[in-house]
Amino acid sequence: MKKVYGSAAEALDGLLSDGMFIAAGGFGLCGIPELLIDAIRAAGTKDLTIASNNAGVDGFGLGVLLATRQVKKMISSYVGENAEFMRQYLSGELELEFNPQGTLAERMRAGGAGIPGFYTRTGVGTVIAEGKEHKDFDGQTYILERGIVADLSIVKAWKADPSGNLVFRKTARNFNAPAATCGRVCVAEVEEIVPLGSLDPDKIHVPGIYVHRLITGPHEKRIEQRTTRKREAV
Amino acid sequence: MTEAVKGWDRNQMAARAAQELQDGWYVNLGIGIPTLVSNYIPEGIEVTLQSENGMLGMGPFPYEGEEDPDLINAGKQTITELPQTAYFDSAQSFAMIRGGKIAMAILGAMEVAENGDLANWMIPGKLVKGMGGAMDLVAGVGRVVVVMDHTSKHGESKVLRACTLPLTGKGVVNRIISNLGVLDVVPGGLKIVELATGVTEADLRAATEATIVG
Repeated sequence: MKKVYGSAAEALDGLLSDGMFIAAGGFGLCGIPELLIDAIRAAGTKDLTIASNNAGVDGFGLGVLLATRQVKKMISSYVGENAEFMRQYLSGELELEFNPQGTLAERMRAGGAGIPGFYTRTGVGTVIAEGKEHKDFDGQTYILERGIVADLSIVKAWKADPSGNLVFRKTARNFNAPAATCGRVCVAEVEEIVPLGSLDPDKIHVPGIYVHRLITGPHEKRIEQRTTRKREAV
Repeated sequence: MTEAVKGWDRNQMAARAAQELQDGWYVNLGIGIPTLVSNYIPEGIEVTLQSENGMLGMGPFPYEGEEDPDLINAGKQTITELPQTAYFDSAQSFAMIRGGKIAMAILGAMEVAENGDLANWMIPGKLVKGMGGAMDLVAGVGRVVVVMDHTSKHGESKVLRACTLPLTGKGVVNRIISNLGVLDVVPGGLKIVELATGVTEADLRAATEATIVG
């Protein structure tokens, strides 16, 4: 079965529909599926629910889908860097479900692993726990959180082979690995597709079983906060 | 309050917080003053910093021109790796946090209550950015130390009988390091551990709404 497609638009062909639920990888602007996001913008798919730790910035990342009003609801842990997001949220145009970051990651991991719910201490005694089942284990109170199964997951990796095995680089792995597993279909974009046999099978981060379609292309990889230190004077 | 007692500045608070670190610990530092703690790690103490976006062994900021878009901390700042660095995904990252493998988190706070309740993510009616990983951290790590200003800009105590803001965690704080001193959460209230430079016990009590015991 051929997994490699010629472009993001081709890879998404037949997978997009209004009102669908998408899980996206990335943390801030690090490791975001920028090519697939642009292709979803071009496709004009509307009323999206998107589970993603962050919501991009104005004009980049998921921010481009907010600018075009294609997003109905975000499930995120932190959305502080996006003025258009805040405008739409405060005016009631956009729904927002805050999830603690670890709960969101585990919801994706669990959903992908066939686990419909899990108990966590995170959020007990806070607004996050309201309306959720509470249960005590060994004298500690936990709340029930649900696994996420998305219609589509979109992720970005560093390298892939044609079978869909993915390798990430440094902290760009973040939500991409759990997001890749929780979609009924997963489309991955990578910086380089290498020949079969050239990835060390012991160093695959996401096995190709989770990845259905694959594209490569140039990535901008924008830096959100450039922080540096001075070299010591010689 | 009348005249504001200053006590420690940001760097002095960070230096004091660094004294909490023990050799061999894995530690998560929050954004703001807690980040400065890494500048004051005592000699002979080896700690490994966790960044919840998926890294153990966080190094300093890169030299100009060596920034890597694939290498950032949880505050989205460019950083570097160390010889002992390990990378992992977000689910694994919070598995080690929830699983109690991180010895301590040092975090900022908007309000702390005498029962250890912490509020540091949301002010109703104001811009809500989200809790990020703070709720997971306070629920999961071995010890929670908060570093904060003792009072608001208007001189109102932020160390309270009960938090007024939505909570990040209930009964989660072990120790408070403020500009005025160090307090521990103990049964019945807060216990004074240490006074900041130039701060009297009367100053600290006057700036604290919470019950002080012992």
